[in-house]
Amino acid sequence: MKHGKYRFIAGFLVLPLAIYAIFVISPFLQAIYYSFTDWTGLSPDLKVVGFDNYARLFQDEVFWAAVGNSVTLLLLLPVVTLSLGLFFAFMLNVGGRRRKKAVIGGVRGSSTYKILYFFPQVLSVPIVALLFQFAYNPESGALNAFFKAIGLDGVQPDWLGDPQLALWCVMAAMVWANVGFYVVLFSAGMSSIPKDFYEAALLDGANRFNTFFRITLPLLWDTVQTGWIYMGILALDVSAFAFVQIMSVGPGGPDYSTEVLPLYVYQKTFRDGQAGYATAIGVSLLIVTLIFSGIVMRLGRRERLEF
Amino acid sequence: MGSTSEFNRRDLVKRAAALGIVAVPAMSVLSACASGGGGAEDKVEKGTKSAKNPLAVNESAGLDVVIFDGGFGDKYAKDAQALYVKAFPKADGKVKLSSTQKIQSTLQPRFNGGNPPDLVDNSGAEQMDFGTLVAKDQLTDLTPLLDAPSVDDPNKKVRDTLRPGVVEMGQFGGKETWILYYAYTVYGVWYSRSNLQKLDAEYPETWDDMLALCAKAKKKGVAGWTYPGKYPYYLPFSLYPFIAKIGGEEVLKKIDNLEPNAWKDPAVKAAFEAYYELYRKGYVLKGSPGLDHLQSQKAWAEGKALFIPNGSWVENESAKQIAKNPHFDLAVGAPSSLSSSDKMPYGTIWASGGEPYIVPRKARNAEGGMELLRIMLSKQSAQNFIKQVSSLTSLNGGTEGLKLPPGLASAQAALQKAGQNIVNPRLQDWYVALQKERIGVGALGEMMAGRMTPDEAITKIQKYADETRDDSSVKKYKR
Repeated sequence: MKHGKYRFIAGFLVLPLAIYAIFVISPFLQAIYYSFTDWTGLSPDLKVVGFDNYARLFQDEVFWAAVGNSVTLLLLLPVVTLSLGLFFAFMLNVGGRRRKKAVIGGVRGSSTYKILYFFPQVLSVPIVALLFQFAYNPESGALNAFFKAIGLDGVQPDWLGDPQLALWCVMAAMVWANVGFYVVLFSAGMSSIPKDFYEAALLDGANRFNTFFRITLPLLWDTVQTGWIYMGILALDVSAFAFVQIMSVGPGGPDYSTEVLPLYVYQKTFRDGQAGYATAIGVSLLIVTLIFSGIVMRLGRRERLEF
Repeated sequence: MGSTSEFNRRDLVKRAAALGIVAVPAMSVLSACASGGGGAEDKVEKGTKSAKNPLAVNESAGLDVVIFDGGFGDKYAKDAQALYVKAFPKADGKVKLSSTQKIQSTLQPRFNGGNPPDLVDNSGAEQMDFGTLVAKDQLTDLTPLLDAPSVDDPNKKVRDTLRPGVVEMGQFGGKETWILYYAYTVYGVWYSRSNLQKLDAEYPETWDDMLALCAKAKKKGVAGWTYPGKYPYYLPFSLYPFIAKIGGEEVLKKIDNLEPNAWKDPAVKAAFEAYYELYRKGYVLKGSPGLDHLQSQKAWAEGKALFIPNGSWVENESAKQIAKNPHFDLAVGAPSSLSSSDKMPYGTIWASGGEPYIVPRKARNAEGGMELLRIMLSKQSAQNFIKQVSSLTSLNGGTEGLKLPPGLASAQAALQKAGQNIVNPRLQDWYVALQKERIGVGALGEMMAGRMTPDEAITKIQKYADETRDDSSVKKYKR
């Protein structure tokens, strides 16, 4: 009986596990293998060079600039996006003035806002990046035109052309593009919190601030944590790459102020023909990601509240 | 319900890990998918050599061509394909031409797998690195093509019908020619004759006149220069020939050869300081450091700035915006003379090949790929190209009897004026990362935005050049 059960379970698992091994595990291992070679990416001819690529990483200023920028994005992007998302979702669902029949409700016109917030999510990343690029155009863009219109002729920054501002400009576009999704996600989470809790809190005289921190946030914690990891991966991964690649000077500039790890991997592989070195950078990106998820899981561990 | 106690989560994790370990030995097999392959050479048989078929193309063999679908489109290549089929009717239906903007991601797997196409236009943002392709022996030597008789005149070799410098550009320090550049680009200072006329001016042949003209324009609220600050490696299009003009072509050669202190040459400093003065005196369009190429070309076409460093593709790329002013009268100027002691005469200009065509080493029908190139280098195809995309080709001539658009006519005149004084800096083909990202974005862009002085920029560039020279992962070239 026992044997039969193993066989039975294994039978179901063989196919998915095989697919997983071929398409997920093997590329991972291959990448690690290639990071020890001098593979160019353009010919099958390669040799193993040991830890040379990793030794080079430590000397590479551009790599460290990229690590710095990626970590900045990783620390700030989730905080800003999730805080804004939570704030908007709270205002849409709970934050409104008390009305006669409902215990809680959103601010006036909240259903319209909900659609508006979700709008950027419908647009593809390159479109959003391009739109922001137009807005940041120092010569005829919306932002500088706005400054001019309100009489601030002296304030005409170069936006993406200024190393002090460039990373913030890219970050602003990423926040704008992603916040809508979290508004919807958190709204869904909030709607599953029983109304009685709010009613009780209100009877006790809690204000909006207290309701949010004592009721909404703790009961939404699981969703926030998921969002945090998701947003962190996004900050390290393809999305950061796409935004920087399309928007920034160079791309990656000016003066490496927007260079991020995925972009550097791309440049080393496809521009410089150094795929071996690029996979070494990729492996270090993997390490950063693992450390990040480890920390988030640990910090976020709380007792699950049943309701 | 059976108990699940002997099958808890920890066991599952252990087994998954075991599976991972099993996967390790399999890795060597799997890695063959990404980088392995190659294997036996698989080539079509050669055809019979004749006067009409000097490259001995197999008349019935298929042909596989991949074209970069960029500023020039792919119609010119399709027209040449039709001529090929006409010459080899038995190959009809077996000649495949596809075009893409993503050359590297499309072709990398095919190169790695050992089944590349027969002819590739390796151009655009996803250009495959030539240094690597040559170093890894992935290309076919094009010497047979160059020594074959040309289509128009059987007594003249293809090599002798090309513009000066084209064959040399395709060589990488040896006798073999790996690349044939099909388009021919003139770089320089682009402007509108009518916009200059509004200021009662012509193109300034000396730098003093240039500054005076910029001052005059500034009073009328027009900027002297603009440039794509997002891609500051457009600045060299007029800056490098300016350096050569001041200090002689030797300076550029030293720079290309990554010689120590090549950038510390006084000519470099003089040229940098001249450009920096444009910024310092406020002659550069405000906001230029944040513009991309299309945005800066738009501002320039609208007359907000007089001059822009660019290449001859600008006429095609910004055609719509230029057309808004029917009297625009596009023209290109060579770098102005800084002083009378400049080593090279006025008219010295940068011109070189574009649209690099390659025949991969493992192409099945390499002769066919070369034959298509030979057809493209005929007068008929060259004229077709000039008419379609208003750019010159590497074929010396082909413009007879054609009415050229103003920019192209001006480029043609500039080439004639330059005569032998055509310079061809190679940094942008040999050391892309150094040229674009480090020198361009890291130093020139910073200097023109006023965040770095010329001296600081030169010191930084010299440091970058030294680092590239000492970097064993970058293949080096000499000229």
